[in-house]
Amino acid sequence: MPRLTINGKEVEVPAGTNLIEAARRVGVEVPHYCYHPGLSIAGQCRLCMVDIEKTPRPTIACNTQAVDGMVVWTETDRVKETRRSVMEFHLINHPLDCPVCDQAGECWLQIYYMKHGLYDPRMTDEKVHKPKAVPLGPHVILDAERCILCSRCVRFCDEITKTGELGIFHRGDHSEIGLFPGRELANPYSANVVDICPVGALTDRDFRFQVRVWYLDATKSICPGCARGCNIEVHTNRRRPHHAEGRRVARLKPRYNADVNRWWICDAGRYGYGAVDDKTRLRAPSRREGEAVADATWEEAIAAVAGTLGRLRPDELGVIASPRMANEDLFALRRVLERRGIRRVGCRVPPREPGDEDDILIRADKNPNARGAALLGLDGDAAAVLAAARARQVKCLWVFDHDLLASGWPEASVEQALRAVETLIFTGPNANATSERAHWVLPSAAWVEREGTYTNFEGRVQRFRQALEPLGQALPAWDLLGRVLVALGAPAAPPRAERWFGELAAAVPAFAGLSYRSIGDAGQAAATGPA
Amino acid sequence: MTGERILMRNFDRPDSHTLAAYRATGGYAAWAKAQGMEPAAITEEVKASNLRGLGGAGFPTGTKWSFIPKGHTGPVYLVINADEGEPGTFKDRYLLERDPHALLEGMLIAARAIRAATGFVYIRGEYVEPWRRFDAAVREAYDAGYLGKGFDVVVHRGAGAYICGEETGLISSLEGKKGWPKVKPPFPAIKGAFGMPTIVNNVETISHVPHIIDRGGAWFAALGTRTQGGTRMFSVSGRVARPGVYEASVAITLRQLIDDLAGGVTGNGRLKGVVPGGSSAPILRADEIDVTMDVDGLRNAGTMAGSAGVVVMDETVSIPEALLVVARFYAHESCGQCTPCRESTGWIYKMVRRIVEGRGRKEDLDTILDVARRGAGTTICAFYDGAVGPYLSYIEKFRDEFEALIAK
Repeated sequence: MPRLTINGKEVEVPAGTNLIEAARRVGVEVPHYCYHPGLSIAGQCRLCMVDIEKTPRPTIACNTQAVDGMVVWTETDRVKETRRSVMEFHLINHPLDCPVCDQAGECWLQIYYMKHGLYDPRMTDEKVHKPKAVPLGPHVILDAERCILCSRCVRFCDEITKTGELGIFHRGDHSEIGLFPGRELANPYSANVVDICPVGALTDRDFRFQVRVWYLDATKSICPGCARGCNIEVHTNRRRPHHAEGRRVARLKPRYNADVNRWWICDAGRYGYGAVDDKTRLRAPSRREGEAVADATWEEAIAAVAGTLGRLRPDELGVIASPRMANEDLFALRRVLERRGIRRVGCRVPPREPGDEDDILIRADKNPNARGAALLGLDGDAAAVLAAARARQVKCLWVFDHDLLASGWPEASVEQALRAVETLIFTGPNANATSERAHWVLPSAAWVEREGTYTNFEGRVQRFRQALEPLGQALPAWDLLGRVLVALGAPAAPPRAERWFGELAAAVPAFAGLSYRSIGDAGQAAATGPA
Repeated sequence: MTGERILMRNFDRPDSHTLAAYRATGGYAAWAKAQGMEPAAITEEVKASNLRGLGGAGFPTGTKWSFIPKGHTGPVYLVINADEGEPGTFKDRYLLERDPHALLEGMLIAARAIRAATGFVYIRGEYVEPWRRFDAAVREAYDAGYLGKGFDVVVHRGAGAYICGEETGLISSLEGKKGWPKVKPPFPAIKGAFGMPTIVNNVETISHVPHIIDRGGAWFAALGTRTQGGTRMFSVSGRVARPGVYEASVAITLRQLIDDLAGGVTGNGRLKGVVPGGSSAPILRADEIDVTMDVDGLRNAGTMAGSAGVVVMDETVSIPEALLVVARFYAHESCGQCTPCRESTGWIYKMVRRIVEGRGRKEDLDTILDVARRGAGTTICAFYDGAVGPYLSYIEKFRDEFEALIAK
């Protein structure tokens, strides 16, 4: 392990660590554009210059590995002067159109100009003109004039997705990023190039022109799009809702987690939040009699559901839980099942089409918490529950989230089962064909509207936080299940997700010792092995 | 002072490019001798010769060869840089056209020294006739059994970018990538073409090797100066009576080269300035030409030997216009990879153009000098430093000419 000194501070780093990463360890930021820890070294932007003692001139930190005894200075006069020069070179042909650029506010040209530039502009000649507003694919649009040619996007497509759609064409100050002939930037991870673009050259077609970034709030979350559980940030627009016609989630961004998704997320996950604010959201409890659907109060709905659960024999009750529910919800449900002795429970409903999978992040299982449901013992035979309903053994069926009519099960057999039961209860954030058949609908909050935990396919328990208030009267599933539990005679139910998790950790051995605090931002492994 | 012609000894024979002519004048005898030598002994002989790279950088050739990692067991490549593109330089094309077997024999010997089984020859795309001649020589050498027995030669034609003459840009291009220079470290001798240890040498450099093996390093060293051995080929162009390629000792002075070999200055007959080593070399004034043309002689004079492309300008030549040509070239040929070079070559060209077109501003000259100095030494390869040579020297040495244009 080489030991070196950076700005007078000693630090020991693993062999092979470059000077940008070594400096980070002592809290020193070396400005850079082309370097990205997830990509190969390009050494092109020339901004990360540092002074190394016994070296005649400033050296790029990204391509210099820490060596034992090295003495590095990042703020010498000549380093600062070099940075100022490089900033000027980066900006002479830049259009400086910050007022209309989506990147403004999170642009590294702006940030570094203020920190390391602050020169008086001298460039008075006509700037080089390049293509603007060029769609590269379904999600990404290019403004080549804003581009500083750091090549991060090119390297991402070469090294991470290995799809190679992008290249740098032409030479000199006419160089520009572009697609190879006949190609489209349509790989399953394409929008990551927007995240790693340090400037406004690559912007997100979904987010573009929606809201200035400084009006956004960021909340740590977990992508619910598949069993990987990529760490994300939910960016919400609460301060300028009129700018987005009520759309509250402005965008999702990846959040670094070395053990889960590193810096990346897939496009399906990134743009999979549409259901949070769309027309299918269930806003209030409702009851259906024949064709007539009427809103109900929570008191009425809880009383009716608890009444049905209390009235029927346990054997006449069936539950199809959901691997989309959080651990807290599933544990609250388990308490309800235990209270009534309900055994007919499952959660896995086969999808109509098998999910796509790759060796980067995407998992075939499109549910965020199938592993959690299994660890909680709710992973029974869902098909058997449905068969029992068809056979009229089950009189009340409670379905969470799923649209059974859009599943891999034959529609006719689902239809038969739904017709056979006396009472169909549905709980979920969004309406679907199954919820339309339900006699009682208990709307639950979307994942961004409450907090909780998911257990990913590797058994990693990860927290997601509340970014928004629940829409309408929707409640977190753990909350409405707790109310049912109390209505069934339990003395009380935990009032917060964290308390539910505490009870879960105390009751389920795989979760023993885990708490919201210990899980933290990075997640923690459940004891999933054979204990 | 001109002495014996070594590289050009056969140039006057109309059949000099053929194997028969080459063999008739002692060709491939050095290769026979080298086959009896240990690889390390070959390298030592080349070190003793004080042969320095003649493509531009002037790095000691034997020393470069010794950088191949000792324990390496995979392939090692020898790459010949025949992408002669430095403005004012036209020597390698003569070697390829008129004595291609000298290069091949040199490659065989060099490959033995560095234990390479494959040699690539990267020939400038515009060099059609040199490529035809060299390619024919390669076929002759295969037929005669010099090649194909432990050493193969691959001829690769470039596509017209100056930067592909930079050794790592050349390697990128050879690998099928855009001709972008690579970040160093690693250096090519450690990780070069296709990720393997690679030695890149210029055509003229390697063409010297058979003679060094044949006649000894000490003989070669004695032909030159204390720090550089041998002769080299000077491409002389511009306002001289007899432009062309001249072989002479590296110890010749610039004045001797212009007056004795190239027939003296034409135009109005009075010298204004000389670029001694290709367009990247800082210009010398008429009173600065009593310098020896070896690497260190010209370095001490504040310029460089480079590729030995000597461009002579008489008093009627406009230095600002000359700089415009050079600035346009560097703006056009910058590969665009490193920001300082990509952006400032274009910017400086625009400023020089404005000055020449009579739209210059008072502050332009200082801006050019400042921009050039700020970018120098900040990039992956030496291209930008090569551009800075003329930017600074043309303006610093002939500032009054630029100011006269701005004042108008």
